[in-house]
Amino acid sequence: MLRPRITPCLLVHEGGLVKTVRFREPTYVGDPINAVRIFNEKESDELVVLDIDATANGVAPNFAMIANLAAECRMPLCYGGGITTVEQAKKIISLGVEKVAMSAAAVTDPSLISAISDAVGRQSTVVVIDVRKRTLGGKFDVYTHNGTRKAGVTAIEFAAAMEAAGAGEIVLNSIDRDGTMKGYDVALARQLRAAVNIPISIIGGAGSLEDIETLVREVGVIGAVAGSLFVFKGKYRAVLINYPQPGAKEELVQRAMKR
Amino acid sequence: MIHIVDYGLGNIGAFLTLYKRQGISAVAASNADELAKADHILLPGVGSFDHAMRLLNGSGMRETLDHLVKDKKVPALGVCVGMQILGDSSDEGQDAGLGWIPGRIRDLGGRGPAHQGLPLPHMGWNDIVPTRPVPLLKDIADPRYYFLHSFYFDNSDPSDGAATAGYGGDFTCIVNRDNVWGVQFHPEKSHSFGMALLKNFAEL
Repeated sequence: MLRPRITPCLLVHEGGLVKTVRFREPTYVGDPINAVRIFNEKESDELVVLDIDATANGVAPNFAMIANLAAECRMPLCYGGGITTVEQAKKIISLGVEKVAMSAAAVTDPSLISAISDAVGRQSTVVVIDVRKRTLGGKFDVYTHNGTRKAGVTAIEFAAAMEAAGAGEIVLNSIDRDGTMKGYDVALARQLRAAVNIPISIIGGAGSLEDIETLVREVGVIGAVAGSLFVFKGKYRAVLINYPQPGAKEELVQRAMKR
Repeated sequence: MIHIVDYGLGNIGAFLTLYKRQGISAVAASNADELAKADHILLPGVGSFDHAMRLLNGSGMRETLDHLVKDKKVPALGVCVGMQILGDSSDEGQDAGLGWIPGRIRDLGGRGPAHQGLPLPHMGWNDIVPTRPVPLLKDIADPRYYFLHSFYFDNSDPSDGAATAGYGGDFTCIVNRDNVWGVQFHPEKSHSFGMALLKNFAEL
């Protein structure tokens, strides 16, 4: 049985790892390589690393850092941040990263997604879509540059366009729920699942393993991505990198997939 | 010693790290002279079939590789696209594969295993089921691995299939003929399941 993916997401800011709330208030949570080592030991399903400075500062991906992460990482790694050319995507894949993620560049130039997909394969081409819910009407607007720029497109339509362009996975990131630990936006996940026929992942809001179980029960095989849940412990948000034990994770998955 | 064929594709660093961790000697080989010393050959690969074959054919290692594998029967393991190029040809391109194991690489979304409209690529952790005794899976309980692919190996001779995975229908995820092995999934990214498989390969 293909299992849902339970995936920690790490944000790189000024060389360290941070966790944000609604894309603001970055809290330092540790060193990237150290975190990768801990997730190796805990056997996490995958790992997503997003450099939140690269696009905002208009700089290229930090290849030296990516190479270090990739060599250390014993689980599949998805890297995003600052990728604007096919050459950069190819280089990152050649460093041993399984998937490259684009966000702002996908909005600016959808043909870049096609070109990257042709070069590295659809399976390695990921589009991350940061969204905020509209106050009225229930649609979701796409944002870039860490939530500061409105892209002028809506989430579900943009996701479908990215699938058509060659994306092999959509990672939908709810800005409204980021860091709140109040649960995933399951309705949004359902809308996305119905709109595309490529793997999808949802990030934003996971506060407990029950939230992950609910998402999987409602949507089926999906990537349940979380930041705060796997870097904080307790109500005072003490930094403690954590991940469910293999046995507990398998039970969660089996329960949720029975539906 | 295990030689990992470095022809510009695939996660050489991850394989080296994993073997080092287990105290097993392994090196990357990027030319024919280095490769000639191999007593085990690991052929990684990501991306597309034709791209992989063009890089391998242009690497200067193709002749040595064929000689070691076909004449000297050195154990070889292809991973992901490195497995697919063990076959003859692919739906994904026009170029000829290595042809070490007869078969064609086919689109999971096309004919073949009933795909049932499931999302593609096939991405994530899936169980695998051996269809005959597989030394690569020795002492691995409930084997499960990370998959990331849209194409699969359709082996012409059913006896070359050694294990299947199910996604919609079942497809071959381990091929083997004589000294040649191929796995569609990523053992280098599959934690303890992958470490054990790579160790078993080193002991072939």
